[in-house]
Amino acid sequence: MIRLLFKSREMILGAAILVLVAAIASRFPAFVAPSNLANVFNDTAPLIILALGQMVVILTRCIDLSVAANLALTGMAVAMLNTVMPGLPVPLILLVALCLGAFMGLINGLLVWKLDIPPIVVTLGTMTIFRGIIFVISGGEWINAHEMSDTFKAFPRAVMFGLPVLSWIAIAVAAGFVVLVGRTPLGRAFFAVGGNPHAAVYTGIDVGRTQCAAYVLSGALAGLTGYLWVARYAVAYVDIAAGFELEVVAACVIGGISIAGGIGSVGGALLGALFLGIVKNALPVIHISPFWQLAISGSAIIIAVAFNATSSRAKGRVILKKAEHAL
Amino acid sequence: MSLASPDLAGRQLPDRLKTPLQRFLVSWELLLLGVAVAVFVLNSFASPYFLDPWNLSDATFNFTEKAMIAFAMALLIISGEIDLSVASILALASTAMGFAVQLGADTPVLVLTGLAVGLACGAFNGLLVTGFGLPSIVVTIGTMSLFRGISYIVLGDKAYTGYPSDFAFFGQGYVWWVISFEFVLFALLAVVFAVLLHRTNFGRAVYVIGNNPVGALFSGIRVPNVKFALFLLTGLMSGVAAICLTSRLGATRPSIAFGWELEVVTMVVLGGVSILGGSGTIPGVVIAAFVMGMVTFGFGLLNVPGIVMSIFIGLLLIAVIALPRIARRLLAGRKD
Repeated sequence: MIRLLFKSREMILGAAILVLVAAIASRFPAFVAPSNLANVFNDTAPLIILALGQMVVILTRCIDLSVAANLALTGMAVAMLNTVMPGLPVPLILLVALCLGAFMGLINGLLVWKLDIPPIVVTLGTMTIFRGIIFVISGGEWINAHEMSDTFKAFPRAVMFGLPVLSWIAIAVAAGFVVLVGRTPLGRAFFAVGGNPHAAVYTGIDVGRTQCAAYVLSGALAGLTGYLWVARYAVAYVDIAAGFELEVVAACVIGGISIAGGIGSVGGALLGALFLGIVKNALPVIHISPFWQLAISGSAIIIAVAFNATSSRAKGRVILKKAEHAL
Repeated sequence: MSLASPDLAGRQLPDRLKTPLQRFLVSWELLLLGVAVAVFVLNSFASPYFLDPWNLSDATFNFTEKAMIAFAMALLIISGEIDLSVASILALASTAMGFAVQLGADTPVLVLTGLAVGLACGAFNGLLVTGFGLPSIVVTIGTMSLFRGISYIVLGDKAYTGYPSDFAFFGQGYVWWVISFEFVLFALLAVVFAVLLHRTNFGRAVYVIGNNPVGALFSGIRVPNVKFALFLLTGLMSGVAAICLTSRLGATRPSIAFGWELEVVTMVVLGGVSILGGSGTIPGVVIAAFVMGMVTFGFGLLNVPGIVMSIFIGLLLIAVIALPRIARRLLAGRKD
């Protein structure tokens, strides 16, 4: 029954995306050319990767608002590393980015786990701290394309089997998450912790540790995206991806991941991110000012959360339900 | 999260309540007051320019507008909700005022426009949270994008200027010597909010809702109405702050007050309001406003860039919540 609901929710979102694309294509057929769709997907890849990381955090009843700052700090750090040691091979840079991102996620996770500080406060705080640290380490300077080595910049753009590496990484992360969330004890634990923390404790799951694991995962993916972002756009400065955390949360909410925890799917996060990505890329095509984007994603969050709330509202046992909701 | 329940049998109950003086001596407010004094003294030693009356007067602008929003936000957080869209409401209200100026509105109309837009945004938030039963944190993350997004649609990369000269009084006027209009308004609002929270039935209801929403419902408090009123109040105060800030800057860009929601929440939490709801006081928020204002002003005199100050604000936000928890844990460990 509940599975059915999930499926239908993703079906609705998928249908909405198809209608959107069809509507754009009816006026601007070039938008649905395979090469353009591949571009749109590639543009959306960072959002997909971050939305998947955010998904597991939200599943455990937390939120990670520091992802964009984490991305920017890691991006700046690897870019500076590259200027100092241009010969560093890409796999090593990827490793550094992953570890640095995971470390920042660990800080969030430990504050939530060991000190019981509300996740929103922790990540609002670390968001500004990470941004500030970028300024401190870079001195407010930009790192431009000519200061980065060619191999550093080429990696995310290298084309394999018709798609850039960036797209393939997003696909690989999504595939990894399907396995992680659906087929591993940790994946089950994410749902258990968010669905009912007390019951999770009785089944032997450490709630705080699971939440910490979710933060580490989200942080590692933010770090990975940090390198890919900086290398793809070939520039690093303090304000890259400013405000991106809201887009990431928006993608999750639109994808039907319940902010109350315990409900969500990889497919939902993927579709939510794609929806936003298509809107973003379609705006200039249909001659709407890019300044509309912020308001559109805001409206999309509100509509999606209202839609999710009404579709998941349980019927019966009115008095008890009301009391439970209020709790 | 542990399974252990509090051991009621072993708890000692005092046979009398603490006197107000005793409570004050162990309160967060006193600690904060100590911090405020320390910051003040340190600043006067660190920079010779700090103790100038006009400089101190300028320093109050660092916190007066944010504190106005923080008073309403304190009530909202005590009731267990949050509004992250306050800075965006401010931006939208400022944009509306700028738009009104282009249509030739005079100062009273501008003030009404700012207040009306603030109220309307607050009502929108309140309706979504109480009417549809949505979590306030997601709703206001959404409206945070939406309200500022509308400002961007209207303004794009342009700015509104040309505010009437008498409009400048709200942000730049002085009531007496170095006492600015904004500071007077801040002090008045502090008294109004302190009375509202600590001396009225409404304030009592706010605490009850924050501590036990179900209990509040069963004791006859109209929980949705009170929460709606709080969102309305937060919107209104954002509108008031919009009038002051717009008047002070004399221009409106869509990025106005960007990131203020964080500083407002930090101010409230630093003031001793529990982020989980149910406890906190207005005097605490007032002292926290002074502390934050003095710290940023002191850093400014020492030529510390704004973004480095934001590291400090972020650390402060986490530390003020973490330190009492660590202290409590250490104390509990000693008793066992």
